[in-house]
Amino acid sequence: MLTKKQLFTRGMLDISPHMLSVIPFGIICGAIGVELGFSPYLVYAMSFIIFGGASQIVFLQLLSGGASNLVAVASVGIINSRHLLYGAVLSEYLEKLSFIKKLLISYVVVDQGFAESNKFFKKNRSEEFLHYHLIGTGCTMWVCWQIATLSGIVLGSFVPEELGLKFAIPLTFIAIVVQDLKKLDHVIVMITCGLSSLLFFDAPFKSYIIISPIIALFVAALLLRLKK
Amino acid sequence: MTLTAIIFAGILTYFTRMTMIALISRDMLGDKIKAVLEYVPSAVFPAIIFPGIFINDFGTFIEMNDPKIFGALVAVIVGYFSKNIIATISAGLVSYWFLIFVVFN
Repeated sequence: MLTKKQLFTRGMLDISPHMLSVIPFGIICGAIGVELGFSPYLVYAMSFIIFGGASQIVFLQLLSGGASNLVAVASVGIINSRHLLYGAVLSEYLEKLSFIKKLLISYVVVDQGFAESNKFFKKNRSEEFLHYHLIGTGCTMWVCWQIATLSGIVLGSFVPEELGLKFAIPLTFIAIVVQDLKKLDHVIVMITCGLSSLLFFDAPFKSYIIISPIIALFVAALLLRLKK
Repeated sequence: MTLTAIIFAGILTYFTRMTMIALISRDMLGDKIKAVLEYVPSAVFPAIIFPGIFINDFGTFIEMNDPKIFGALVAVIVGYFSKNIIATISAGLVSYWFLIFVVFN
């Protein structure tokens, strides 16, 4: 049985390689916000209040492009609605926690943290304090995101644009799913999601980001039925 | 006010994170749904990966000889065999840089 501290540290270690892409992306996000002409305080407030990578950039781009507040807020909600799926997966492992702890832990659920903690949870179901792993991944992400966006806001885009570091984001997610390419059913689900996301890319409010997972999960349900 | 909009966006985002964790109990999800939820990572992350590779900053499709496609393929191969996140990201970036700075320059 691992202690709380060991689990927390394990979570930190499991997510830290992703900082290779998260930190440059955070710097870019902070810098873009200021370049678009928003007050540095507002740009930083987003990292604290929304704490959601790409959705922060979309929010500012929409507003600076003349969209209404309502459209910008709705887009953030839709982009981040994928967290509902992460929550549904995680709820199984967090059900013993008190309501207050569930409310607190929810704030730090992010893509990479969900992915790494979910992998750990599957292999270590019997651990008593599993949620400390999720706190470890989430807090590491939170601290790095705050520092990275703040540096982008204060120092500007000191990451040369020619390096194309935004490309590190798809790469970090490739690293997360690549081992599942061994399983044919997962490959079919991934391709369904990927192709749908390209097909629906122009759907309003960036909704491709939730439409394509829903289509892919339907395909997953069909595959499960076929397997029986 | 932009700040008000940010606060609303933040509340909405927090609800997407909290709803399923705090308000749904395990018994409400049947075994079939749980089996489907096993596929969540494979069903969600390609929606970030594919547009990140195949669609450029202006929202249009890239050419089929774009360096990003090559970088992503290298990342997949290195990631598959190394099982290492840092190796995967670095391999993708370095091969992408090799094409844009050395080959196409």
